[in-house]
Amino acid sequence: MSDSTFPEAPTASACPACDAAPMTRRLAASGAREAAAPCALMLSLPGVHCALCITTVEKALAAQPGVRSARVNLTLRRATVEADPGVRAATLVAAVNAVGYEAHEMDASALSTTATDRQGRELLMRLAVAGFAAMNVMLLSVAVWSGAADATRDLFHWISGAIAIPAVAFAGQPFYRSAWSALRHGRLNMDVPITLAILLALGTSLYETAHSGEHAYFDAAISLTFFLLAGRYLDHRTRAIARSAAEELAALEVARAERIGESGDETVDVAKLRPGDIIRVRPGGRMPVDGVIREGTSELDRSLLTGETLPVFAEAGRVVSAGEVNLTGPLVVEVTAAGRDSSLHRMADLVAMAESTRNRYTSLADRAAGLYAPGVHLLSLVAGVGWYLATGDARLAVNIAAAVLIITCPCALGLAVPAVTTAASGRLFKRGMLIKSGTALERLAEIDMVIFDKTGTLTLGTPELDAPDSHARADLALAAGLAAASSHPLSRALAEAAERAGIAPEAVTEIAEVPGYGTEGQWNGRRVRLGRAAWVGAEPGDRTAAWLGVEGRLPVCFTFADRLRPGAEEAVRGLRAIGLEVALISGDAAPAVGAFAARLGIEDVTAEALPEEKARRVADLAAAGRRVLMVGDGLNDTAALAAAHASLSPASALDAARVASDIVLLGEDIAPVASAVTTARSAVHRIRENFTIATVYNLVAVPIAIAGFATPLAAALAMSASSITVSLNSLRLK
Amino acid sequence: MDALVYLIPISLFLGGIGLVAFFWTVRSNQYDDPEGDRHRILSSEYDDHPKE
Repeated sequence: MSDSTFPEAPTASACPACDAAPMTRRLAASGAREAAAPCALMLSLPGVHCALCITTVEKALAAQPGVRSARVNLTLRRATVEADPGVRAATLVAAVNAVGYEAHEMDASALSTTATDRQGRELLMRLAVAGFAAMNVMLLSVAVWSGAADATRDLFHWISGAIAIPAVAFAGQPFYRSAWSALRHGRLNMDVPITLAILLALGTSLYETAHSGEHAYFDAAISLTFFLLAGRYLDHRTRAIARSAAEELAALEVARAERIGESGDETVDVAKLRPGDIIRVRPGGRMPVDGVIREGTSELDRSLLTGETLPVFAEAGRVVSAGEVNLTGPLVVEVTAAGRDSSLHRMADLVAMAESTRNRYTSLADRAAGLYAPGVHLLSLVAGVGWYLATGDARLAVNIAAAVLIITCPCALGLAVPAVTTAASGRLFKRGMLIKSGTALERLAEIDMVIFDKTGTLTLGTPELDAPDSHARADLALAAGLAAASSHPLSRALAEAAERAGIAPEAVTEIAEVPGYGTEGQWNGRRVRLGRAAWVGAEPGDRTAAWLGVEGRLPVCFTFADRLRPGAEEAVRGLRAIGLEVALISGDAAPAVGAFAARLGIEDVTAEALPEEKARRVADLAAAGRRVLMVGDGLNDTAALAAAHASLSPASALDAARVASDIVLLGEDIAPVASAVTTARSAVHRIRENFTIATVYNLVAVPIAIAGFATPLAAALAMSASSITVSLNSLRLK
Repeated sequence: MDALVYLIPISLFLGGIGLVAFFWTVRSNQYDDPEGDRHRILSSEYDDHPKE
């Protein structure tokens, strides 16, 4: 549970568009709420797992000055700390680290669980009321079915009605609301026949009871509500879990910047930065805004934006964009565009355009409802009118029409999809995959081609020394000696390669890191340098490379390749094995991409692709009838992710990319991608099977209802049996 | 059959108590941290600051 991306820590929700709106509102609000008295801080604790952990962490937090209360939530692996305004999250994190637990600050404003919480709680209450009422009404109904007659039957019917009518009125509200909004827009959805069936059943039952009739459908109306609410609740929970996990991923990226003010440095929210502000970006930090470098030299890793692995040199006057990572030296940057004006957010336009295609996707349930709703209404109308014409008895005709509506109840249909998606999402979540969108599983099951991004998706975005054996041991030892002093990714890779080869680093003295260029030092009385080609005195090539220069000798070149993400080979092999075409499309330079694709055996390769080209490629394939799964992590993939039939991004991806994709991969290993497709396919297969089961039940029951033989007992049996069969069938999902 | 006059209201009342109790547990956030509560009960320390 303690890998670099915590499985329970992840950010995103059911649809990116729904996400964008509250996000902007949140941003706007964060500027306005400055006078929140006792501030609540939130920490993510991926390592807590037992009773002792809870008390240890809570005590450590409570012992900090200014902390009023601290509470660990083990289910969410979070700690909520109420503290005086002056308390900094960093000190709390240090306190938790000191007692031996990993802790990360979370941006509490990015967590909006309260709204979904309230909704879930409301559904649960309605479910409880419906369940309670259904049990009592069923007990009374059993007495009626087993032969209660005359006054006893009437009394039981009256009591049933007294329980069922208020219960249905309260519990069924979600259906009435949804049905009303559909009707208002001139559409039919599954909730329209549900509402009609419930109301008609209650109405005729009440009339029958008042006239001492034999059949009352109070039990059917309330159990219908109960079963359907159970389906709704399952559906809601699956989404709520995915949403909160996704939000947590976003909340872990606390957007802070160090602003250089007249009175010294201060740490501020990125949302508060304005053009013209001067900020400091430390090595290893990500650019929070677009800007121009004022002071300092360094190297920038732009792979999240462009897919290029080659770090670029940065000096005063260079324009930087949000999302770039500063590698070596501290930089002072003047802000030119922040927040919604930054290049990160401008990409949103491209995404919004691409998204409209996906929003047009109709889910299996909607398609089923499209056939079902008008069919059921027609059937019940025809039955009612037919009986009226044949017998002239209006009471009997209405009774028959109500019986048809109840018997054809969409209980099984309403449960068929949520039960399967809950089972499938739970299974995928265990394997580290987070399903954000309701229709993602269905879309994932339909794909016939997979397009991968390279940098950060199939690779980890960290370099690895090429062919360490081809270098002279002495050179590697000297390079490792110089590299040991630096935290530059290339230096770290060199030191690691030397260690693995069992080479002890040479002792180099007077080592100094020259930000943006490399490291230099003294060795055996000669000046040695490790760094950029031009600085060492060599011709720069097109590969990621570091050069070792010893005074008076020709420079030696160390080239690097991007480290393969664990499971990348299995993922490609697995996807091929289930008959999918695999392609690679990257913004990186052609030689690097070619070499990499050859390693994985991918033939369809596009290099140096711009973000628009990626999106266009996906759109062209879609126009040609292909259904593409896009797997990517960077800003340059965002539009393609949104345009694809289904999309997946690793947890290490940029926030924008995660929001645009349907599925987030929480672990580092990418191998589960292939099994996700298999699971999605079997889930859709199960859904179809469930629809078939429900249809078969209806085919048997409807003629009985139309013929006028339907009794409340038959309705109750058909409804429960089909709902239970469908639920059990969903659990068989592999 | 006369017993029904008492028994039905009594059974409804008892069921109703259960329903109200369930409402109370939901409203007082008792399902927020099932995992933590399961472990807290084993802790020998008195929980000085139970979550409100």
